[in-house]
Amino acid sequence: MARADPIAATPLDPLLADYAPQPGVADELFEAPGRIRPVWRDFVDGLAALPEGEIADRCARGDRYLRDAGVFYRRYTADAQQERDWPLSHVPVILSQADWDGITEGLTQRAELLERVVADLYGPGDLVRDGQLPAALLAQSPHWLRPMVGVAPRGGHWLHLLAFEIGRSPDGSWVVLGDRAQAPSGAGYALETRMATSRVFADPFPHGDTHRLAGWFRSFRDAMLALRDRDDGRVAILTPGPGTDTYFEHAYIARYLGLMLLEGEDLVARDGAVMVRTVAGLQPVSVLWRRLDAGFLDPLELDEDSRIGTPGLIEALRGGGLAMLNAPGSGVLETRALMAFLPRIAERLLGAPLKLPNIATWWCGGAAERAYVKAHAHRMMIGAALSCDLPFDTRAASAPGAGFRHPDWPDRDAWIDAEAAALVGQEAVTLSTTPAWRDGKLVARPMTVRVFAARTPTGWCFMPGGYARIGQTADTTALAMQQGGAVADVWIRSDRPVPRDTLLPEAGGFRRSPLGQLPSRAADNLFWLGRYVERTEALIRLLRARHLRLAETGSAEDPRLHRLTAHLEALGVDPQVPVPPVLTEALDQAAACAAKVRDRFSVDGWAALRDLASTAHGMTGTARPGDDAAHAMSVLLRKITGFSGLVHDNMYRFIGWRFLSIGRALERADALALALADFTAPEAPPGCLDIAVELGDSVLVHQRRYRIETSRETVLDLLALDDRNPRAIAFQIDRIREHVAELPGARDLGRPSALARAVLVLQTELAVAEPLDLDPTRLGALRAGLADLSGHLTSAYLR
Amino acid sequence: MRYDIGLSIDYRYDHPSDRARGLMRLLPRPIAGIQRLIDAELVIDPAPDTRHELRDFFGNRSTSASWHEPLAQLKLTLRARVERLAEAPSLDLSPPLHRLAAELADVRDLGPLSPHHYVGATPRIAPDPATAGFARDQLTPGASALDAVRGIGAALHREMRFDPTATDVATPPARAFAQRRGVCQDFTQVMISCLRGIGIPAGYASGFLRTLPPPGQPRLEGADAMHAWVRAWCGGGTGWIDYDPTNDCLVGLDHVTVAQGRDYSDVSPVRGAHRGLGSHSTAQRVDMVAL
Repeated sequence: MARADPIAATPLDPLLADYAPQPGVADELFEAPGRIRPVWRDFVDGLAALPEGEIADRCARGDRYLRDAGVFYRRYTADAQQERDWPLSHVPVILSQADWDGITEGLTQRAELLERVVADLYGPGDLVRDGQLPAALLAQSPHWLRPMVGVAPRGGHWLHLLAFEIGRSPDGSWVVLGDRAQAPSGAGYALETRMATSRVFADPFPHGDTHRLAGWFRSFRDAMLALRDRDDGRVAILTPGPGTDTYFEHAYIARYLGLMLLEGEDLVARDGAVMVRTVAGLQPVSVLWRRLDAGFLDPLELDEDSRIGTPGLIEALRGGGLAMLNAPGSGVLETRALMAFLPRIAERLLGAPLKLPNIATWWCGGAAERAYVKAHAHRMMIGAALSCDLPFDTRAASAPGAGFRHPDWPDRDAWIDAEAAALVGQEAVTLSTTPAWRDGKLVARPMTVRVFAARTPTGWCFMPGGYARIGQTADTTALAMQQGGAVADVWIRSDRPVPRDTLLPEAGGFRRSPLGQLPSRAADNLFWLGRYVERTEALIRLLRARHLRLAETGSAEDPRLHRLTAHLEALGVDPQVPVPPVLTEALDQAAACAAKVRDRFSVDGWAALRDLASTAHGMTGTARPGDDAAHAMSVLLRKITGFSGLVHDNMYRFIGWRFLSIGRALERADALALALADFTAPEAPPGCLDIAVELGDSVLVHQRRYRIETSRETVLDLLALDDRNPRAIAFQIDRIREHVAELPGARDLGRPSALARAVLVLQTELAVAEPLDLDPTRLGALRAGLADLSGHLTSAYLR
Repeated sequence: MRYDIGLSIDYRYDHPSDRARGLMRLLPRPIAGIQRLIDAELVIDPAPDTRHELRDFFGNRSTSASWHEPLAQLKLTLRARVERLAEAPSLDLSPPLHRLAAELADVRDLGPLSPHHYVGATPRIAPDPATAGFARDQLTPGASALDAVRGIGAALHREMRFDPTATDVATPPARAFAQRRGVCQDFTQVMISCLRGIGIPAGYASGFLRTLPPPGQPRLEGADAMHAWVRAWCGGGTGWIDYDPTNDCLVGLDHVTVAQGRDYSDVSPVRGAHRGLGSHSTAQRVDMVAL
């Protein structure tokens, strides 16, 4: 290139004023000082052409997209875990086709090598016997799983999904920093990162030649389907549950790929196969995409303390009744010390050197290596040999620049000698920098790229871009990534236009997918979600009724207030507290149930529920008794009605919706029966009937329908027996009956199921009752009938 | 020496467990040159809906059983006839302790008897400076590996009291050692912790002890339940030595092995996973009669 300083006096100047690649460090944007890489040219020109302020607006649009989509990850701090918004770094990393081809060629070789290594470690054991790998590294690794020794995974392979963390060296070449073989995460986040980044850099930015991600997901899904051993066998994602840091991604991918999202307790090992408990009974599962560390899979043969595993899973796996990706035990490949031996093993097994080197690593168990590490400790990270953390995710006891810090050893050499075989030294890598948007300017930040690879029938298939980690500071040692940093999209720009590609089927003709089976645990959570939301609503109405009367009379001595207070106290509510814990707890329970069925729940519904819960929490401590609290309750009531509308108007009538609706109807009938027993009792003080009508949200209807003052007869008629009043008990029972008739096994050998019969009994009792029959005793019996019904439902479907 | 062994374990669950599954390690394993299995039968009542026999990684005979219906009680009955062949070794050919590390590094093996499995941390035995310090204090200069094993075993036997009320099946060895009390499981895990602390690979054996001693000899401690003892690796030539710290003796004709592993978690006689709540109660009866 002959042109000197081509960026001088162009509109790029203000944008790049603070962009300062460091000497001796590769940069993604500049291939040499003043020379922008061709793949970036039209992108940065596009940036420079945007009017003042537009970039910030577009970044905000991307952030909003992620928030609205509910993308989060969980972060663990010393004493708490919290959900964090996805940390998007808006400017993508742009790589050329040539760079990408080199990377995937190298990683294809590496994936093949890893498969051969893991197959040997659990099979013939030649690598150890021939001295290629020290036996101690495996025998002492918690990830080398003895119950998998001698197992031939169904389908013939251990590895199906891999991720590689790579970085660019100062000389421009790529180096592997770590292998992820246990349960690689991030592919789903890559999709959402791509969606958000496309919003930030919509037209006029170049897209036509950027590789799309959807094709990779289709290949991966097809590969999983191909692993099935029976047509009716399901492919499912196995997650540790909502408490895990990347649960959002598990739910998201399950929805995106149309797979069941299961937890260990959903599964049962039976007769050599693995089944999922659904509301329609046990159904076979043929392939599990595992998203948890293998040790937790089976308390019988692996970690005996695991509470999230499935007893018998390993036995099913050994017998070929289940295929799992990746096979349990694959996690041992992440052991850091393995990096020290892979270059030589590659020569041995493949007859060729590694096409992409990995970070230079020395295992201190060897005398020569130990001496080398000691002599070069000043430019190494030295840490646990058996650790599976990526170089920058761990706190190395000894690192360049940070010096040596260890609680037990004052002297680094003494420490290395004493712990020898437990330590590795790794060269301190210098990462390349890439543009990040900070305060209206582009700045240079270190980055690593995560590359996902899926095994398909035609070979390893790589997700073309999507995921890079961007450091928080300008420091280009790998340590700068320790604080987590942000995530950016990666665009691989082809030499020619790429075809549009989505997971959606081709246009022209469609096919309805059959409704999937609902796991019992999901049904249980939906049922209880319905109950808790309705329970909250009933509490809100009670509290509002009390505070309205408090404001009206100004005295707690009113007999109606006494009765309301006693009613609330019986529900565990401290009436002196305007927003009592019972209320926020019910909401939190509802949110917890919803969190466990994120894959079956609309994003808007989830956001509405979270908004409701945070509003309620915000009111505790600020609302004052009387008018103020009554107003607060009205606000909550509007929000909860909004949530219910969203769910019941918009939710597809899957079977899960029926469980949600049964929960709601059951709780509503129960709360009303309890309220009627207290507020329509013959000895209830005057004014209580009006409270009952208010709790039943039927004030206007009562006026129109009876045109007289409330009486026990009219109130019980309207709130208990009127099957046209959507608040009445009879109405709830009718709905429950309709839903129950649609559940699997509603008729058993030509007769209604026990549950259906129990509903029928309640329905008949109400149909033949006269209003004044419904004294507190009869209402109590009705509640017992409802509890009975809940029991039948639980034993038939929810266990 | 031939023995008839009988064992029965009764479980009673307060809340019938839903879809129970269990993994049993109760059938004595054959060991070449040490013990021969003449006959053995494990009766499971109620009969499980599925039952498989398998050999685990360590070569132990395991029985996996599952029930489709809730289980309110469970009775396991073992009857076995075993011939015990070898006496404890009388000659010490093990290397000096300081040479053990080099011999260990030379072992290129991942099989169940490879000493590499038996150093460092295992699921139930974490490295512990207290036991390692205790072990170091028992060493004499130039001691052989076997000397060290016997010395540490004898010291532990003096130091710890047999006390069935002091610990339970989940007590970590560090706590048992701190209170210097426990049963055979605790003696064994504490001694394993001691040995590993000074670089001797050590594992766990479960098994039976003859109920009535030969005439004129005292009854051994631990004969009324399943017993446990230590296995120590004393170099490539000598290999594995079994030592009973509860009775301060090398394992000989009075002991019959059921299972071997790194610690209790590898040999636990019954690993059960019961869905459902509630505690369960157990009763155990053992006898081992010389024929």
